[in-house]
Amino acid sequence: MGSKKSDRREFLKQGAALAGGMTLGAATNSATGQLEGPEAFIQGTDELVGYGKRSRFVTSERIAHGGRPSPDTFGLDFHIAAPLQDSVGVITPSSLHYIGTTRGAYVPDIDPDKHRLMIHGMVDRPLVFTMEELKRLPSVTRLHFIECAGNRANRRHTTVQETHGMTSCAEWTGVLLSTLLEEAGVQEGGDWLVVEGVEEVKGASSIPMTKAMDDCLLCYGMNGEAVRPQQGFPLRLVAPGFEGIFNTKWVRRIKVVDQYYMTYNDFGHLTQDPVNAALGYQIGPKSVITCPSGGQQLPGPGFYEVSGLAWSGGGAVSRVEVSTDGGQTWMDADIRGTAQRMAHTRFSFNWEWDGSECELQSRCTDEIGQLQPSRAQAGEFFNQSGSQPRVRGQDNSIQPWRIESDGSVHNAIA
Amino acid sequence: MVVFTMRLLKLLPLIMLLGVSAQAQSPTYGVGRTPTAEEIRAWDIAISPTGEELPEGSGTADQGSQLYLEKGCAGCHGTTGAGGLAPRLVKRDVGVLEDPWNYGRILPIRAPYATTVWDFINRAMPLNAEGTLSADEVYSITAYLLYLNDVIEDDLMVLDEESLPKIEMPNRENWAQVPDWFPGQPRLEGYPY
Repeated sequence: MGSKKSDRREFLKQGAALAGGMTLGAATNSATGQLEGPEAFIQGTDELVGYGKRSRFVTSERIAHGGRPSPDTFGLDFHIAAPLQDSVGVITPSSLHYIGTTRGAYVPDIDPDKHRLMIHGMVDRPLVFTMEELKRLPSVTRLHFIECAGNRANRRHTTVQETHGMTSCAEWTGVLLSTLLEEAGVQEGGDWLVVEGVEEVKGASSIPMTKAMDDCLLCYGMNGEAVRPQQGFPLRLVAPGFEGIFNTKWVRRIKVVDQYYMTYNDFGHLTQDPVNAALGYQIGPKSVITCPSGGQQLPGPGFYEVSGLAWSGGGAVSRVEVSTDGGQTWMDADIRGTAQRMAHTRFSFNWEWDGSECELQSRCTDEIGQLQPSRAQAGEFFNQSGSQPRVRGQDNSIQPWRIESDGSVHNAIA
Repeated sequence: MVVFTMRLLKLLPLIMLLGVSAQAQSPTYGVGRTPTAEEIRAWDIAISPTGEELPEGSGTADQGSQLYLEKGCAGCHGTTGAGGLAPRLVKRDVGVLEDPWNYGRILPIRAPYATTVWDFINRAMPLNAEGTLSADEVYSITAYLLYLNDVIEDDLMVLDEESLPKIEMPNRENWAQVPDWFPGQPRLEGYPY
């Protein structure tokens, strides 16, 4: 008996100590009738004080593109898709931004104090910059999406992460490439640039001088902090609206040259067909409904905000339309906030679901009048036969989602 | 005299234009330092189709076939340039050279310029020892891969900074250039999407 009492006393003491440390305020009932407080508290550890962490109830994560390892036979994932189905607003958190790499999980581990950027070639004054020097120059901050050329949906994909997860949008901060090029003084005939990274293959793309002088950015900042290593820390190029590979990461060298250099990256784009060459360069007008999207479940008939993302390499999105009848009729969606040039734009559409089977689609128009096509429309333009022809160049076709009467949402690509 | 004046008048707009652009391109911030010629040489590994950055050196396919084994190329790309984990390096029908677009994305047959092959081996190979090959070794391995793909027929042909850019790759003229880019342009003229 005595020992039992003592056990109980110990238990109560420990319990109080535990409650004090871990679960303050976890009252199960309130005598006064007030609402209960939270069931538990998160202790502010040094780690959480230093750099925050999301709720343990939020589990949204990136996946290997297509939900499976890439065709890279080394077995490494070299394309990693963002969970667009959980996205809100237009910014992709840095931790969830899509990744394209050449060799799986390996990215350079660069000491920014030792990193240098060289600009040379057909310039009056070749220059070398430290990161500190780059940060002394006038900066700009802009929202821009980056999308992989391989962001192509197929009928086997089940979620929007699989169909569209290789696009992301961040707030980028850095120096305009034109600022640096003017500082170096581009010589007559310097019509191209080769922009090269530090990684093992020293990835380099040929970029036209017209693009470089228009709106390319050399970025050290991303979403309010330093660019992440997976995104090119300490310095990456953002070539707004150009396919992902042009946005060289870990940039260390910019060479001004007189011709298309046919680098290995350029070779990756090589085609015989001028149409494919043109359509595999600047991203077309594109949109996708992220909610409701494949794999999600509507609890029942009633009101829903249909929400999604629209973007274009041609400029700002000027219009987004939604169809609830598989593309037969279209209604204007609302653009949330201000549509930025070459940036994800959030759209929404108020929808009353009557509980019957239907098909949701979205399409967008950009500021230069380019319209997002259905697969059939893109095919018809080139006289391709079949109802679902392969979209030429980068795939910007309309994504259909089928809502079944039980509220389940499915990829409706035939 | 008249001719001279005429010429001067014709040149005048150009001279004025150059003057304006030179003025616009004077440095504004004066941040950053001037690299030495030595630094630029060490950093500059991009090889143009015309090959002006190619370093001195030489090699043959015969030498390259040895290096292909010694440097570990075979470990990933297969002893015959195929069958390994890494991308294949040789077309299927050895001994025949048909439309180079029929062979898939094989660098030493599809690339329009041999300089692209040289450049990529030099900057990106071998795995985990990138940048360690000497110029002679890169010339040799490039020659071997071109030989395997029937682009060059003589395994003793010497490839060097002079001869490499002159190699007539089968796709030299047979590829589509990207369109000239200017701000606000559609992806493809006449294409509404």
